Amino acid sequence: MSTKNIVIVNTGCANISSVKFALERLDVAVTVSDDPDVIRQADKVFLPGVGTANAAMTSIANKQLIDVVRSLTQPVLGVCLGMQLMVETSKETRQDSIECLSLIPGAVERMQVGDLRLPHMGWNTVKTEKDNPLFHGIAENSYFYFVHSFSVAVGPHTLATCDYGTPFSAALHKDNFYGVQFHPERSGDAGAQLLKNFVERV
Amino acid sequence: MLARRIIPCLDVRDGKVVKGVQFRNHEIVGDIVPLAQRYAEAGADELVFYDITASSDQRVVDKSWVSRIAQVIDIPFCVAGGIKSVEDAGRILEMGADKISINSPALNNPDLINELHDVYGQQCVVIGVDSFYNKDTNQYEVYKFTGDESRTQQTKWTTLEWIKEVQSRGAGEIVLNCMNQDGVRQGYDIQQLKAVRDICNLPLIASGGAGAIEHFIDVFQQADVDGALAASVFHKAVINMAELKQDLIDAGIATRPI
Repeated sequence: MSTKNIVIVNTGCANISSVKFALERLDVAVTVSDDPDVIRQADKVFLPGVGTANAAMTSIANKQLIDVVRSLTQPVLGVCLGMQLMVETSKETRQDSIECLSLIPGAVERMQVGDLRLPHMGWNTVKTEKDNPLFHGIAENSYFYFVHSFSVAVGPHTLATCDYGTPFSAALHKDNFYGVQFHPERSGDAGAQLLKNFVERV
Repeated sequence: MLARRIIPCLDVRDGKVVKGVQFRNHEIVGDIVPLAQRYAEAGADELVFYDITASSDQRVVDKSWVSRIAQVIDIPFCVAGGIKSVEDAGRILEMGADKISINSPALNNPDLINELHDVYGQQCVVIGVDSFYNKDTNQYEVYKFTGDESRTQQTKWTTLEWIKEVQSRGAGEIVLNCMNQDGVRQGYDIQQLKAVRDICNLPLIASGGAGAIEHFIDVFQQADVDGALAASVFHKAVINMAELKQDLIDAGIATRPI
């Protein structure tokens, strides 16, 4: 499908293989790397992540990748925790709050869901708030797979929302930085379409 | 609206999918990867793979198939069986599993739940609980090593106390296997699931007893579980996934359409 140079940042987190396999199912060749030069030269960059913000930021810092990611000008897609790392701060830590990459304004906070269960785990519907090529050809209220207990409130950079107790950002966008709270690599046809859109249209 | 999940369970022994009745007498159902792919395409919301021999005979789950599954399916899946350490879990997650489920090793070493939570995050830590209703004591009791009848043991835990314990240690989801109902297709153990639901504020998955579409409707409506797991009804095509999902939608249950 594409001869573009696609790089997945090796954040040391656990969902790297599933993102890689999902792109390979679309016949997109990908490189997984933590080499700053390889990442800088990519046409498109994925920032995957699962686990805690604290562990992921520590891993990225240890690999000296914080400034590398901040300096990227090509399209970057953060997935799940990767999206959360793109905002300014996260409360998903034993301390009060930790600093994230500050690529998009916003803060990660524990979800307020009332009587509902956390983690928010499973398939939920996503509503786009702005027209964007990332959601090209994806029906409104399509189901995507979510697994998280923390989220970013709806704000000016929210591209799509999901509702679980309260509405939250299902997708964010600012400049060349995109993020999705759900797992497109595990979201069936809708997820595959979103990945294809990021590779081909963004 | 968050959809209730339909979760086919594939019991794995020596690289094949097998099915037993009340955890015994396993017969081969088929190869793992094509079955996984078929279920994903049919509209399953998630898959669980249990290596039913691993815990009981001291082996770590044979993992070569995990990445083969991750390559072909585009829905989440969980792997269970013989995961005894953070390193065991890490290898399976790195191969592309979304979650790992631990059962007997959590009972032998409950600190493992805290460790998995701290390293990989709550979202991937599923605790499987094999629970048996003892009519003499009128209690739900937790068992371990249920993959091998000769080594199956009752533990010191009642089911409700164990679920409270794993919750406090950082589990992300509970799969409750109601042993009295397993494989007999008489319906989920609604009474037990309701009792667990009352004390469980994690996602709760019902397992054991599905035999007809009504059983799924009942367990979602009456026990308010987040997902329903089943094996033989899908392996033997007793229930068609498309019909099941349509009937759930018609019953007003939030369901991801196919």
